[in-house]
Amino acid sequence: MSADVELQNVSVSFGNFYAAKNVSVKIEKGEFFSFLGPSGCGKTTLLRAISGFSEPSDGKILIGNQDMAGIGPNKRPTSLIFQNLALFPLMSVADNIAFSLEVRGTGKVQRRKRADELLELVALTGQGDKKVHELSGGQRQRVAIARALAIEPEVLLLDEPLSALDLKLRQKMRIELREIQKRVGITFIYITHDQGEALTMSDRIAVMNQGELEQIGSCHNVYESPCTPFVATFVGENNAFYGTVSAVDGDMVNVSADGNNFSAKAGDLGEGKKYTFKKGDKVIMFVRPESIFLKDQNNQADNVFTADFKAIEFEGNLKNIYMSINGKQNVRCSVSNAVDTTVLSNSKNVELKFSSRDAVVLPVGPLAVD
Amino acid sequence: MNYFFNKNGPLISTYLIIAISFWLVFLIIIPQLYMFDLSFRPNIPPLLRGGPDDVYTLTHYKHFLFGSETSGESYNYVDVGVFRDTILIAVLITLINLCFCYPIAFYIAKVASPNTARLLIVSLIIPFWINELLRSFALRILFAGEGFINNVLLKLGLIDNGINFIAMDVALYTGLNYAYILLMIFPLYNAMETLDKNQLEAAEDLGSSMLKTHFRIVIPHAKAGIASGCTMVFMLTAGALATPVVLSSPNTFWFTQLIYQWFNMNDNWPRGAAYSVVLLSVSVVFVLLMMKIFKVKIGEIVR
Repeated sequence: MSADVELQNVSVSFGNFYAAKNVSVKIEKGEFFSFLGPSGCGKTTLLRAISGFSEPSDGKILIGNQDMAGIGPNKRPTSLIFQNLALFPLMSVADNIAFSLEVRGTGKVQRRKRADELLELVALTGQGDKKVHELSGGQRQRVAIARALAIEPEVLLLDEPLSALDLKLRQKMRIELREIQKRVGITFIYITHDQGEALTMSDRIAVMNQGELEQIGSCHNVYESPCTPFVATFVGENNAFYGTVSAVDGDMVNVSADGNNFSAKAGDLGEGKKYTFKKGDKVIMFVRPESIFLKDQNNQADNVFTADFKAIEFEGNLKNIYMSINGKQNVRCSVSNAVDTTVLSNSKNVELKFSSRDAVVLPVGPLAVD
Repeated sequence: MNYFFNKNGPLISTYLIIAISFWLVFLIIIPQLYMFDLSFRPNIPPLLRGGPDDVYTLTHYKHFLFGSETSGESYNYVDVGVFRDTILIAVLITLINLCFCYPIAFYIAKVASPNTARLLIVSLIIPFWINELLRSFALRILFAGEGFINNVLLKLGLIDNGINFIAMDVALYTGLNYAYILLMIFPLYNAMETLDKNQLEAAEDLGSSMLKTHFRIVIPHAKAGIASGCTMVFMLTAGALATPVVLSSPNTFWFTQLIYQWFNMNDNWPRGAAYSVVLLSVSVVFVLLMMKIFKVKIGEIVR
């Protein structure tokens, strides 16, 4: 069984402070949905409101079309995986997993059977008699998932459960989580500040900032067509060129910035609409570092400009080249490690290019600060 | 030992060793050994001590169990009875104390906001600035025949005649319960404080009722604190003197009052010592038994 979750104008306030403000979203049955945002953006508050640990001060939460107002966490068809997992250290792994059955009065034999089934689901067969502290970080993670699934929830809520793991394990668990979700077929609502996690696992992402939803969309949609400067800079890396609109031709906008004249597409406003600009508007044009190429690279590009080389950073698979235009406008370009960049390191003028299809123009607004 | 000195420096190390040894040897081991030895000696005038009559004897323990040699009873039902009642009531009071303090400790540790918690702790501590004897007398004033409680009940018309709380030992049990609550609340609070709040929420999220969460999560976590609090309250209640002297009914004797009588009124120190040894050993055995039953180790208690 799986249920959809609908938030209707949900606000959660603590005194005068709004941790979540007027959030409306419909999460479909069986969807892997992520709330992505920096710490303090209100995503955990929303998760606690969905799970029933706090009541929204305004608005409604519907799970499977049923209003959840006044229904406690132990009566909701949701199950929450805590950031620190909150496994019970004094119980065996099997007892942890079957705890929800124990408190419902299920018999011992039945409980053990269900625990063993779930251990198999999360690839921990035969580990039921161990204590929690005898397991590795990744194994504990799986116990927490199994425990949460034991009550057969319709919605599984995950509060940054991977944040305590090291990088390799995190990457492995992302794939496993996704696979478990497909196997059990229930709705997953995932909270994270890690855009990599959100992009790799989710069907859709909601980007949040200061308690408000900035954008909801598929991973591609959010990454390629950000609706706000915040989303453009929070999800992935971006170059922000501050400039002025010099001409508008349908969806294409000409932006003059620091002596260059660029052509770019107008950004999405959401719901299929695009921003409309007029000549003289102050705007920001966003171009991703991986969409900017060196001039001699074999890619199509209709925008060409030059910048002064500053530094190069080795990241393993990628190299980040840092440059600036007139010493003011910083430009970052990421190229594959295979690209020869030796010639750059002593050149003053680096010739660069990008396609207008890869550049997005948005009205001026706050960026995500690191 | 070398490590200990290197770690703490010569000054602090010497101080620690001297202070702890003094505490252990002079305040605990020597007096208790002396008391133990005394309990096996006859009650003879100082002049005869060390003489031919000063031989080890079980006479005082015999007296505790069977009474004076001239009595016709099969056992010393007065003293043994007082002893039995003291232990049983001390157990009962420990349990009541636990039930009473558990919710308070839990509230302070896991529910109250930090400010409320501080306020509650302070208001628990302040009454204990007043000496135990005075607190007992205060309760006596409250519970007296024409005391505050009776007066209020009479004024409200709830009763026609004053209730004799003292004779019913209501005052005694209240006083004993109240006397050591801090020694119950603080170990419980300490143990509960370390419980991750997410565990409570996880249990609730998994469908557990509040009662089940307490039995499956909170109590197992706080077991050592519960054992520690119960041990202290039981020991101190069984060994209390001031409260029973002030608050017990004329017909109720606390075992410590008997000990006091042998030492002070009957001037029979060896017998008083024997009675003390009985109380101490039964209390210790009782506590060890409880620890065995609840599978708590001594190291956990002092944690």
